[in-house]
Amino acid sequence: MITAERKPFDTVYEFARRHKKVLVLGCGTCVTVCMAGGKKEAEILTSQLTLKARQDGVDLEVEEHTIERQCDREFFDEATQRKIKDADAVISLACGVGVQFCIEVLPDAIVYPGVDTKFYGATIEQGLWSERCGGCGNCVLEQFGGLCPVARCSKSLLNGPCGGSSDGKCEVNSDIDCIWQLIYDRMKKLGRLDELEQNQPAKDWTTGRDGGPRRILREDVTLEANP
Amino acid sequence: MTEPVTTNEPNIIALCCHYCAFTAADLAGTMRLQYPPNIRIVRLPCTGRVDVNMMLQAFVEGADGVMVAGCEVGSCHFIKGNIRAAKRVAYAKKLLAETGINPERLEMFHIAASQGPLFAETATAFTEKIKQLMSQSTTEAPKTPVVAER
Amino acid sequence: MPKSDGRLEQLFEKGHFVVTGELGPPKSVDVDLVKEKAGHLLGCVDAVNITDNQTAIVRMSSFATALLVQGQGLEPVMQITCRDRNRIAIQSDVIGAAAHGIHNILCLTGDHQCFGNHPTSKNVYDIDSIQLIAMIKAMRDEGVFACGEEIRVSKKADVKPPQVFIGAAANPFGDPFEFRVIRLAKKVAAGANFIQTQCIYDMERFAEWMKQVRNRGLHEKVKIIAGVTPLKSVGMAKYMRDSVAGMMVPDSYIDRLNKAENAAEEGIAICIEQMQQLCEIEGVAGIHLMAIEWEHKVKGIVEKAGLLPRPTI
Repeated sequence: MITAERKPFDTVYEFARRHKKVLVLGCGTCVTVCMAGGKKEAEILTSQLTLKARQDGVDLEVEEHTIERQCDREFFDEATQRKIKDADAVISLACGVGVQFCIEVLPDAIVYPGVDTKFYGATIEQGLWSERCGGCGNCVLEQFGGLCPVARCSKSLLNGPCGGSSDGKCEVNSDIDCIWQLIYDRMKKLGRLDELEQNQPAKDWTTGRDGGPRRILREDVTLEANP
Repeated sequence: MTEPVTTNEPNIIALCCHYCAFTAADLAGTMRLQYPPNIRIVRLPCTGRVDVNMMLQAFVEGADGVMVAGCEVGSCHFIKGNIRAAKRVAYAKKLLAETGINPERLEMFHIAASQGPLFAETATAFTEKIKQLMSQSTTEAPKTPVVAER
Repeated sequence: MPKSDGRLEQLFEKGHFVVTGELGPPKSVDVDLVKEKAGHLLGCVDAVNITDNQTAIVRMSSFATALLVQGQGLEPVMQITCRDRNRIAIQSDVIGAAAHGIHNILCLTGDHQCFGNHPTSKNVYDIDSIQLIAMIKAMRDEGVFACGEEIRVSKKADVKPPQVFIGAAANPFGDPFEFRVIRLAKKVAAGANFIQTQCIYDMERFAEWMKQVRNRGLHEKVKIIAGVTPLKSVGMAKYMRDSVAGMMVPDSYIDRLNKAENAAEEGIAICIEQMQQLCEIEGVAGIHLMAIEWEHKVKGIVEKAGLLPRPTI
C-alpha cells in the first residue's frame, strides 16, 4: 500500500481557516489501512478543526465525507461531487495521488493535502509500517532472494553492504535493518551465495523516476480507439 | 438527565466500562454517596470501545471535561481493553492540546466494580479540577451552546 | 603495461612496502593549511589520500585539494564517493583529474549525508563503489565511457583514456563478516589495483580476514594497504568504539590509554606496535596511516616504525 502520516495539525488548520466551509475528504483504501486518512481519521480531523476554530472564534464549518478511493474517477459519485462543490475547499486525506486526482475530477475545487505521503510499504504490526518498494520500474527482487536493496538499502547498493553495516543494522539509524545482512542471510539459507559474488552492473534508472514522470498505457484494455 | 446544565457548572461526560466503573457508580448511588450531578455517564461494554473521536466529539458537543473509567490494570474483562483505552486517551490528549484545549480536561481512571466510594471521590475531584480549569481559562473560549440549545 | 605514471604504482611494481597518508581538505579556502599539512607529510609517505567531503561535511573538493598537494611535490590519491555525483559528473572528474596528472583514484561508496552538515540534502548513489571501479577500469583499459561510447573527440581522433591507478576501500570489521572478503573479491574482479582498509584496532579479526583473503589468493591480485589511526585519547578510543559504525577498539588498548601518564604518547606507541605487527602479516603490501588532524606526528610515527626513509624512484 501507499503509506502516509497526518500532517501537523497547525498546518492543516492554517489551510482550513482561509475558508468558511471545508470538507474533510477521507480515502477508504491505502490510507485507511495505514490509519492516516480513512473515515476515522477524517472524523477526528473534523472534530479537531471544529474545536480549534471555536477556541479561536473563527467562523468555520467543517464537514466530513469518505469515499472508497480518490484515485479512481468512479468513486467520485454525485453526492460526493455535490459535497465538494458545496464546500469552499477540500482537505483530502488521500495520498498525493488522491489530492491531485480530486482536482482533476473537479477542476474548480480547491484541494489541500491533509497527510504527508510516505512510501510503498507493508503493515509489520498494527501501528508499524515499513518501506518495501521504491517503484524503480525494473524489479530486481529475484536476484536478491526477494529482498530489495534499491528501496531498503540507505544507499541503494547493488553489490553488497557498505562498511557501515553493524550487527545487522544500518549506519544511518539502528532502527533500520541492514538489508544486505538480510540478503546475505537469506541467500545463504537458499544456497545461492555464489550469485552474490557476481558483480551487478550499474542500474538503468530510466524506468524509475529518473526517466521523468511515468505512465502505463495498455491498449488492449483502453475503451477508446486512440486514447 | 436531559435537562440543561446551568452555564457556569461544568458539563462532564464519563465513559464507563460496564464491568467496573459503571457498576461502581451504581454502587455509589446505592451507598448514598454524594458526587456532583454534573457527570453524565455513558455505559460502554469496555473502555476498549472508546475510540479517539468519541472523546473529541464529546468536547465538540459541549463537554467541559471527559473522564474515561475502566477496570484496574490486569482485570479487564476483555483482557487489554483498558490498556488500549489508556493509550488512546494519551493520544486524544495530544490532539486536544493541538486545538488549544487543556489536555487535563480529559483523564483516564481505573476503578473496580466494588469501589463505589472511589468512584464518588474521583468524580468529585475531577469535577473540582474542571471547575478550576474553567475559572483559570481565559484563552479557552466559553463552552458552546450546543447542549443548552437542546 | 603500467596503469599510470604514478609513484605509488611504481613502488608496488618494484616490490616496496608502501606508506600512504591522509589529508583532509579544509572547510574553507585555506590554501596555506593544505600546504602546511602537505609539508608535514612530504618525504614521510609515498602518496596521500585526499578525502572527498568525508563524513558528508562540505570541504574543499578532493580534486582541487589534490592539485594543491601535487603542487607541493606530494602524490595525491584522489578519493571519489558515489554519494554526491552521478556517473556523468564522476567520469568528467576522472578525465579532468587524469588531465592534471593525478595518477591515483580511490573509489568509495561514501558516508550517508545524514552524518554531515547538510543532512537535508538529497543523495545520489547512481552507482555504487564496485560499479565505480568497473567504470573507471573500462574508461582506462577499454577507452570507453559507462555508456559504451569511446573516449575520443571524434571518430578520426585518437582514443585518449584516463591513465589512473584504481584504489578501493575494504572494511574487515563491518558485518556480515563472511561477506567482507566476498566484497573484496568483487572489488578485485571489478578492477581495483590497490586496497586501503578501514583503520584497524582489532588485530585478531584483521588477521582472520587476511587469512580469508589469502585463501582466495586475492593478495596476489591486489595490493592491500592496512589502515591505522593513532588514538589521541581515551575519549577518541571510546568514540571510535561506540559511535563509528563498523569499528572495533579492543578494551586492552583503552586500558593502556587509561593507565598511561600521557595518553597521546601511548596512542602513538600503540600505533607503532600495530604497524610493526601489520608489516609481518603475509599479503600486507603497505600501511595507510590516517593521522586525523595530527599530520605533524606522522614523521615521528613512520620513523619509529622503521619505515623511513621512503624509497626514491
